[in-house]
Amino acid sequence: MNAYLLLANGMVFAGQSVGAQGVTVGEVVFATGMVGFQETLTDPSYYGQIITQTYPLIGNYGMNHEDMESDRIWAKGYIVREACTTPSNWRCEETLDSFLKKNDTIGIEGIDTRHLTRIIRESGVMNGAILTTFDPADPANKAQTEELLTQIRAYAVTDAVKNVTCAAPEVFNPEGETHVVLMHYGCKRNIVRCLVKRGCKVTVMPAFATAEQVAALAPDGIMLSNGPGDPAEPVEVIENLKKIFELGIPTFGICLGHQLSALAAGAKTVKLKYGHRGANQPVTDFESGRTYITSQNHGYAVVGEELPAEMGEVAQVNANDGTCEGIKYKKWNCFTVQFHPEANGGPKDTEFLFDRFLNNVKAAKEAR
Amino acid sequence: MPKDPRIKKVLVIGSGPIIIGQAAEFDYSGTQACRALKAEGIETVLLNSNPATIMTDPDVADHVYIEPMTLEVVERILDIEKPDSVLPNLGGQMGLNLSMELARSGYLERTGIRLLACKPETIDRAEDRELFKETMEKLHQPIIPSEVVETLEDALACADRIGYPVIVRPAFTMGGTGGGICETREKLIEIGTNGLRLSPIHQILVEKCIAGWKEIEYEVMRDHKGNVITVCNMENLDPVGIHTGDSVVVAPSQTLTDHEYQMLRTAALDIITELGIEGGCNCQFALKPDSFDYAVIEVNPRVSRSSALASKATGYPIAKVATKIAIGYTLDEITNDVTGKTCACFEPALDYIVVKYPKWPFDKFVYADKSLGTQMMATGEVMSIGNSFEAAMMKAVSSIELGMDTLTHKPFEELTDEEVVEHMHVQDAERVFCVYEALKRGISHKTIYDITRIDWWFLDKMQHLADLEKGLAKCNGVLTKEQYKTAKKYGFQDKTIRRLAQVDTLPVENYRAGFKMVDTCAAEFSANTPYFYSTYDGDNEAAEFIAQKEAETAKKGEPKKKKVLVFGSGPIRIGQGIEFDYCSVHCVWTLKKNGCEAILVNNNPETVSTDFDTGDRLYFDPLNPESVDNIIATEKPDACVVQFGGQTAIKLAKHMEEIGLPILGTPADAIDEAEDRERFDELLERCGIPRAPGRTVFNLEEALAAAEEIGLPVLMRPSYVLGGQNMIVAYTKADVIEYMGVITEHVDMDHPVLLDKYIMGIECEVDAICDGENFLIPGIMEQVERTGVHSGDSICVYPAQHLTREEMETMVDYTGRFARELHVTGLVNVQYAVSHGKVYVIEVNPRSSRTVPYISKVTGVPMVDLAVRCCLGEKLVDMGYGIGLHPNAPYVAVKVPVFSFEKLHGVDTQFGPEMKSTGEVLGIAPNYHDALLKGLIGAGYTFKTPGPGSCCIFTVKDSDKPEFVDIAWKMKSMGYKLYGTSGTCAWLNKHMVPCNEVRNMSGESPNIVDLLQSGLVDYVFSTSAKGRDPKRDSVRLRRKAVELSIPCITAVDTANAMVNGLRSEHSLENIPLVDIATLYNGK
Repeated sequence: MNAYLLLANGMVFAGQSVGAQGVTVGEVVFATGMVGFQETLTDPSYYGQIITQTYPLIGNYGMNHEDMESDRIWAKGYIVREACTTPSNWRCEETLDSFLKKNDTIGIEGIDTRHLTRIIRESGVMNGAILTTFDPADPANKAQTEELLTQIRAYAVTDAVKNVTCAAPEVFNPEGETHVVLMHYGCKRNIVRCLVKRGCKVTVMPAFATAEQVAALAPDGIMLSNGPGDPAEPVEVIENLKKIFELGIPTFGICLGHQLSALAAGAKTVKLKYGHRGANQPVTDFESGRTYITSQNHGYAVVGEELPAEMGEVAQVNANDGTCEGIKYKKWNCFTVQFHPEANGGPKDTEFLFDRFLNNVKAAKEAR
Repeated sequence: MPKDPRIKKVLVIGSGPIIIGQAAEFDYSGTQACRALKAEGIETVLLNSNPATIMTDPDVADHVYIEPMTLEVVERILDIEKPDSVLPNLGGQMGLNLSMELARSGYLERTGIRLLACKPETIDRAEDRELFKETMEKLHQPIIPSEVVETLEDALACADRIGYPVIVRPAFTMGGTGGGICETREKLIEIGTNGLRLSPIHQILVEKCIAGWKEIEYEVMRDHKGNVITVCNMENLDPVGIHTGDSVVVAPSQTLTDHEYQMLRTAALDIITELGIEGGCNCQFALKPDSFDYAVIEVNPRVSRSSALASKATGYPIAKVATKIAIGYTLDEITNDVTGKTCACFEPALDYIVVKYPKWPFDKFVYADKSLGTQMMATGEVMSIGNSFEAAMMKAVSSIELGMDTLTHKPFEELTDEEVVEHMHVQDAERVFCVYEALKRGISHKTIYDITRIDWWFLDKMQHLADLEKGLAKCNGVLTKEQYKTAKKYGFQDKTIRRLAQVDTLPVENYRAGFKMVDTCAAEFSANTPYFYSTYDGDNEAAEFIAQKEAETAKKGEPKKKKVLVFGSGPIRIGQGIEFDYCSVHCVWTLKKNGCEAILVNNNPETVSTDFDTGDRLYFDPLNPESVDNIIATEKPDACVVQFGGQTAIKLAKHMEEIGLPILGTPADAIDEAEDRERFDELLERCGIPRAPGRTVFNLEEALAAAEEIGLPVLMRPSYVLGGQNMIVAYTKADVIEYMGVITEHVDMDHPVLLDKYIMGIECEVDAICDGENFLIPGIMEQVERTGVHSGDSICVYPAQHLTREEMETMVDYTGRFARELHVTGLVNVQYAVSHGKVYVIEVNPRSSRTVPYISKVTGVPMVDLAVRCCLGEKLVDMGYGIGLHPNAPYVAVKVPVFSFEKLHGVDTQFGPEMKSTGEVLGIAPNYHDALLKGLIGAGYTFKTPGPGSCCIFTVKDSDKPEFVDIAWKMKSMGYKLYGTSGTCAWLNKHMVPCNEVRNMSGESPNIVDLLQSGLVDYVFSTSAKGRDPKRDSVRLRRKAVELSIPCITAVDTANAMVNGLRSEHSLENIPLVDIATLYNGK
């Protein structure tokens, strides 16, 4: 079945339908990872977005139940060059097509994803729609197309955190020695796995949980998860966070957690032209002088210069474009990073940050 | 930390002659290293015995020593040049081994010269099996159960413990020489004994065989600060058990989940970190196809063949970055040249798939054992880029030049289904084609997988290609537009589609490919790399790129440059080696220097020509007419050059003429005139030049008739030959019959077979540069071997030693006549035979030849540079090198061929008209004997002194017997005991040379084999009238000698040269070393 990608600038790409059918509107972004499409698809940080994979052959090893980063697809659509119909891997349970269908996600294949990526790179993130209902390039459908374009152009990702967070607290590894509260802004499962692997009891809390609710759990440490959307939007969460920091509990923030913390500390965030989405982003750590390869998925960045000096300082930057990749706070017992030390997909070179965090937790525990 | 200020002068060690397992990739890495050092203002000294390389050019390094790569020589160079450091890790295993020898000798410690990039301890930990095991255990990295042993008894005991099958891997041998899989105790006795002998430290590893696991490789880099990255990972289509150099390889991996990918990536980074390598490193893993179990197979602590591939596959210049790391930079301080904006501390993201396909010499060696194993046999490789596996695979198949345009291999089509299934059990060079045949017949993937263990994903993709091919074949002249476009998308050429679908007109006219850029970052950043590959997407980044460049030029008010397309020489193979890459690269450099825009097309990832900054633009695509048409449609070049890229490029000349693209230099017709027998005869007549009588034949009857007419022996070869491919001297009618049988099976009979009277004499070779009026001959070379031995396999000496002035003048005269008559502009190569004072022409090649780099270097005449300038219209008289025969150099330079017989089972080692050598070394000295001595040592001839009981074996053909008397006498007088087979022994005795008879192979034991195995034989002299067939006694004897690493001399003139070398009072210590770079500085 034919499918079409209509961009906000009016460009149309024709391809074939994969996954569910219909019309879907979202923010078109590209991800450059060569493996890890299942992790990408199930990463809540892609909420509201249509993902383009720059690697041309997607679905080669199929889908399995173990590599889920949440229990569903959050992205609004999926664009690939070629969706593999004959996947091969010992853990493979189903094809990409069937997984998309099951999640009611509209996808398109047969697209020149490199061309599309170059367009996004030059013009910045662009809204678009994938549709199987009509051909927007056909003049006969002009009216319908105009209507859809209006819809596309008006589209914005809103209430992202609200939509992806959990409704109620959930506890993992209740026997764990160290108790970590994980604020769920759109949390990837591997954050939980990384903590549990290190012997933690993890209580996942809804994004809007108050400082009091957190304090009541008497955690040894707090983790602020990744998540989708404009970080400046969930004002309530930021306000809450200020109070949570006052609890003086060692805290570690990732991605959106990093951005929200910075906003709580009085810094600003800015939307990047086309974001960092991939498994090959170099991050330089000032303290060690080392540069690490990291997994990233973000469209906004903290403006490092805006961080009040008394609050903390930029501890890591992106070696390519110099954007802020991490903050070490002075006022709070907290450090945060823009990238994903929990990986999945991507390199695990910075997973040691979980150990650093747990060392902080241990030190704080001992000091008490 | 920036560059280490203490580093001011560095010795770079190259990789020596091209042999299987160590090919052009180290010219690429060494050249990149020298250029990177030069750019940093560091003085470079280079040692490499291989004159065909670009790295040994005076403009690449400041001081160039093309000398034997031995410890004495390195130490003497260090004494002369006094560099402060040595760069050891870019010259392959050869360079690394020599550096380690140097470090261990205590020389470096004594002189305070530093070894950059690695420490001997590091190398030991990666290469010494026991230390490697300890290191892996420390890192908790799984390895395959194994044991290092130094005796056969221990090997057998170990195999009993871990269970058969086991793999034997000898320590410190390159490309796995001497290793193999042993299913049984008997096989282990055979391979184990051999492996122990071949290992320089007499050590082998016996390990559990894990054949069938996936083989995955990672290319990783690390700097002294500890930053680590992976440049690329690769997946072998063939599972563990076939050497990765002989496997079809894809990048990136296709069947690994993120979990598996990261698990192995982390392991690779942990390994390079623990080893403390500063630079590049290659880690090979085996991954169980049905669990997370894996094992580290091998770690190469240096820039390798795989890293050259990874560099070209990603655009990441590994050798350059490794060099910068070696002199103190850290990864984050080095800029990514591709984007110009980002740093080298990142991991390339590919948005295409790369296929590497090996090029084996089996089309040449019809009797060679084609089965593949742990020992590499490919001489070269091609790489292709596509946005589907199918398209990339189709490009690769076209690029390997087997005359195939799909994966359909004719001989398999004739088999029954049962035979196809049976044949899939054979792990050989054609198995991929056999699998394809099985897929075409609908044999189940399970059956195929169970036999081959080729991952289902690859089977599915190849099934897709098979279905497409079958679909086309079924359409019976009715081809839909959709079907056509689908076929194009997946890599079918128009001519293939026409043939399969049986259509004359295609549904879409002039359907052309567009081009995408290789940019290391999947388009995340705008890049400026002029590096492209074709796709059928419609989008054309190359066109955009060109338009932008042109607009910039126009804006600056600069004139538009002349655009010239340069065709590279494709995969390295016997007969078409690295020399042609040397010529292509020099052609590009000269074009650029002379205000042209040079656009390169090539498909060989191991070369300097496929570095994206060599030409103004690089198209990494097949060198077939359609592929080139696509490039021309986008580039709209003004002209092209075909004479520098060997036969691969020459083959395109006709097509260029047909489409009307001007060829710079010699016209295409001249090539035809030189290669078409009848036209060539006419040419000779016009020139008034004598030649041996010859005929052109198309079938056996004609061949026999011609042989009769001319008289045996005759030289037989297909027209359009390459390196004497399939060329023989036929002494009998039976030889003619055998030959015609072989040739019709292997060669397209559109081109006839040439049959010439065989003239015995001195063979000479001349390369000349012509400008259409005048010509310049830098020098006349003489082959040490008489006619009948391929010139590429003969020791070659410049200047010629045994020619009269008159003979030389005749050659100069004839060469001039050819040049004028053929309208040669550029290079021409002429081969002559001199017999009884008469000069005959053997062949004329109006193109660059194998000897161009060699003769350019020793005479100081930059031949390609001058030739290109001639092509552009300059005149020789204005170039300052004179015309006619150039004055002789103050040195004698000998080129000695190097063979890879150890890797090629079943190949007869006897020299003949068919080329067998894979590489060459140079010996340069003030006189012939010293030059020869250097050359022989450089080529690996070992000069032994006879001990008590040392002996030599002689078994030579009747026509050689008289000449071997003197040789035998010389060996005898040195103290050797002589043995000979009955005929040879009788002859020697009769001529007063004491010799003992030894029974032949077929005779009862003890016979010649027992003698060989006794360890007392230092040299074997074996020539026979008949050869090739591996079942013959003489061939088996020579093979046995190769297996036992006993020098075996198979031609009388080489034997003479070697014996004189043995008796020479000179040695490497007292022959002066020559710095080629400063030799002609005054010029």
